Amino acid sequence: MNKFIPFAIFCAISSALYVGLSLNPSNIPSELINDPVPEFALSEVGSDIASFSSETIATEEDVIIMNFFASWCAPCYVEHPFLMELKNRGYKIYGVAYKDRARNITRFLEEQGNPYDHVGADENGRVGIEFGVYGMPETYIIKNGIIKYKHIGPILEMQFEDEFIPILESARR
Amino acid sequence: MIVELGHFALILACLLSFIQGTFPLYGALKNRGRLMSLSAPAAYGQFFFVAISFFALMYAFIVSDFSVVNVARNSHTLKPLLYKISATWGSHEGSILFWAFVLALYGAMVAYFGRRLPKSFHVTVLAVQAMVGFGFYLFLLLTSNPFERVFPFPMEGNGLNPLLQDPGLAFHPPLLYMGYVGLSVTFSFAVGALIEGRVDAAWARWVRPWTLLAWCFLTAGLSLGSWWAYYELGWGGWWFWDPVENAAFMPWLVATGLLHSAIVVEKRDTLKAWTILLAIIAFSFSLLGTFIVRSGVLTSVHAFATDPERGVFILAFLFLVIGGSLLLFAMRADRLQAGGLFAPVSRESMLVINNLLLSVAALVVLFGTLYPLLRDALTGDKITVGPPFFNMAFGFLMIPLLLVMGLGPSTNWKRADLVGLLGRLKFIMLAALFATIVIFYIADGGEIMAAVWLGLGLWLLLSTLFEWAERVKLFKPGSIARIFRQPRASMGMSFGHLGLAIAVIGISGTSYWNIEHQDIMRYGDSASIGGYEVTFRDTDGIVGPNYTAVKAIFDISRDGKAVTTLEPEARVYMTPPMPTTEAAILSTLSADLFVVIGEANNKEHTEWAVRLYYKPLQIWLWAGVAIMVLGGLISLSDRRFRMGAPTRGYK
Amino acid sequence: MRIIATVICFFAMSSAALAVGVDEGRLADPAQEARAQGLMKQLRCLVCQNESIVDSNAALAKDLRMIVRERITLGESDEQVLDFMTSRYGDWVLLKPPFEGATIVLWFSPLILLLIGFYVIYHNLKRQKIVATAEPLSADEQTRLKKLLADGDDR
Repeated sequence: MNKFIPFAIFCAISSALYVGLSLNPSNIPSELINDPVPEFALSEVGSDIASFSSETIATEEDVIIMNFFASWCAPCYVEHPFLMELKNRGYKIYGVAYKDRARNITRFLEEQGNPYDHVGADENGRVGIEFGVYGMPETYIIKNGIIKYKHIGPILEMQFEDEFIPILESARR
Repeated sequence: MIVELGHFALILACLLSFIQGTFPLYGALKNRGRLMSLSAPAAYGQFFFVAISFFALMYAFIVSDFSVVNVARNSHTLKPLLYKISATWGSHEGSILFWAFVLALYGAMVAYFGRRLPKSFHVTVLAVQAMVGFGFYLFLLLTSNPFERVFPFPMEGNGLNPLLQDPGLAFHPPLLYMGYVGLSVTFSFAVGALIEGRVDAAWARWVRPWTLLAWCFLTAGLSLGSWWAYYELGWGGWWFWDPVENAAFMPWLVATGLLHSAIVVEKRDTLKAWTILLAIIAFSFSLLGTFIVRSGVLTSVHAFATDPERGVFILAFLFLVIGGSLLLFAMRADRLQAGGLFAPVSRESMLVINNLLLSVAALVVLFGTLYPLLRDALTGDKITVGPPFFNMAFGFLMIPLLLVMGLGPSTNWKRADLVGLLGRLKFIMLAALFATIVIFYIADGGEIMAAVWLGLGLWLLLSTLFEWAERVKLFKPGSIARIFRQPRASMGMSFGHLGLAIAVIGISGTSYWNIEHQDIMRYGDSASIGGYEVTFRDTDGIVGPNYTAVKAIFDISRDGKAVTTLEPEARVYMTPPMPTTEAAILSTLSADLFVVIGEANNKEHTEWAVRLYYKPLQIWLWAGVAIMVLGGLISLSDRRFRMGAPTRGYK
Repeated sequence: MRIIATVICFFAMSSAALAVGVDEGRLADPAQEARAQGLMKQLRCLVCQNESIVDSNAALAKDLRMIVRERITLGESDEQVLDFMTSRYGDWVLLKPPFEGATIVLWFSPLILLLIGFYVIYHNLKRQKIVATAEPLSADEQTRLKKLLADGDDR
């Protein structure tokens, strides 16, 4: 038997491990890319904040951003300035308050600013599950009712200009 | 100051390991006595300094010196002393320092106990040991320094995960590391043999005690971890095929194979190349396990904080050590002369089958553990390989293994008569089958796999006893004397196999006949499970050293008679804030009653969520593995394994 | 048929479940509950490291457990319930790797490796016989052999 086989197998394993170092095993890509937005309806957050449903999104012609957030989610605070920036640049953002209480949501938006055109409350998290959400925050880019991209975790500075904006723009076209 | 001393000592140990790994080896190759004599003192010195280093870190934890980053991250003034001490090895940096400490300890032990080994071989073994150590010291000093200071320093530490504040878990890493790292000795012996180009029965005799020692520790460490999970995690599970568990299990499987393979080398002077390869692979799995836990390559409940930079270092180190030794094997294995021959049915071939099944098991576990990574790297798909796969795959391999284990010890060396063997054992087989049917009837049936495992466990139990009875000629006069004259290695074998049989029987009971009962209970409510009446009496609020808890009080009775009171707790720790459950367990020979208290169901706190589990034969699992460890220790105490014992004229 | 709206009314709002998650929503029919438990053991808790949703205390795990039960009550088959999960979370959510395509290699690996091993052993045994007939022992080796046999006699 060729005595080099153990060495060869080990080399194969090492290469796999080396590649593995650059991968992130807990980043699960979305199953829903290029699928239509699932049907859903959201509760109201407050009387003066417009809620929305899947139908509202379906009527949007331009690209929109759908952001799952919560007042109890620390990274959401970090991400918030970037959402405000997106609003300033003219993008429409739909916010889903995941498993949060109305008064906490309104307080969050009052204190941090409201980047959202519409905000709905997903009180029991079912809408999140329909979207395959498993952590906060998560952001979707949607065009013509089709999900084009999912961003897991907060949008951070380094990803904002280099990744997120270009994807937004290409989805727009 | 002491911390700086520790740091400095670490550097000294590093230098000494380099010296130990180079000059004496050169001396062995060129027959320079003076260079060779550097070896043992360097080994003792290395151990001395790394011990200073290790205890310096421990000192920092004991006095809660939060100017040391490691202490600040992983300790807290409120933590009980035992856990401050165990926090020394609880973090990534601390555990690597512990690795290096144990490695140097074994090196010093080999330096001392191997005094009568042929000089050049002794020195070569120590050199290999030292070079492995050198890699670890570099890793520590360059990427994972436990002695880093921070300024300004915090007034309070960050605490440690409260789940880890448990006596079982405090001792689990030391035992495991003594096992993992112990395999470095067999590795060094194997590589030494390759370098010298010689493996004989004497070599196997030198290797066996070290393998046994490492194996005993590994078995104990793994069992302790399992037992801890069982009573701590709140639902009575004891094995999850988590990547880090697998990382410790794979070396155990290979080490078990190695133990058996070394017997063949010793007795029959054959299977040498294979045994050398196993020795290299066993330690390779140890190193691989170390890598997996720290690099972020796989997700696991056990994983340390992930850091790909460290991952690259370890991987490079792995490649040098493992790749290097496997390459050496490929080039030098032909020099090992083949020895005794054996027939297709013989003790040797039984042991070969044992090795085959254990090696395939280790490879399958490796494949399953790495598969998500491989798939992600090759196709980008994210996939989980969980307990359903491992249970099936491992179970598939264990069935023939348990069958063969029952036959093996009764099989002759060199050439055996299979028909005669089966003839002698057929009554045992029938007895096992009969007992299984009877138990099945008493237990009111069950799944088919339950019968399979129960039957196999009974088969192994009875056949091991049968073999022992035949060996001591139990029913002939003088058997008592014969019993005591049995060589310890044989007693060890019997105990080892017996322990496994008992464990397998325990596993079949607890896996297939367990009962679970979940409910909301009010004070005064009773529930019935497994023949016990569990009555919920009351709850109490208690305050511990670093937690507050709700303690529930349950009265347990059976057939109307009070048995005991169980008091499970639901704790909330303070830093970091985390809820945990402390189950209350009533263990008897026939089953464990496992009671867990959950949350209050109403504002008045008079209704509570309660989980009850009835786990038949659970204690047999722990008893079984304890007996296995006992068997290993008995074997270890065999006088023939004393390193100083005369080697009968072999050079 | 989308049942989300009905479901929102059906089940109470979930709050973060600490410690032991005893689900109040357990199905009345023990056979159905057993089926649900079986399925739950196969689904991975997405926010934990390597636990099933039945073992985990996480809020998301609890939500997923409720969904499994709902769908069983609505008459879905085991496959359909698992499909619901994988269509949203991918194959990753299954603890049992699917039996298809690339994973077939994984499932058959014990058998394949075993067969390879048997072949290697068989091959080596045959080679042994060839070596044996070729070389008789020298006088030196004879004495060594005698010593070894005497050594190996005590079991």
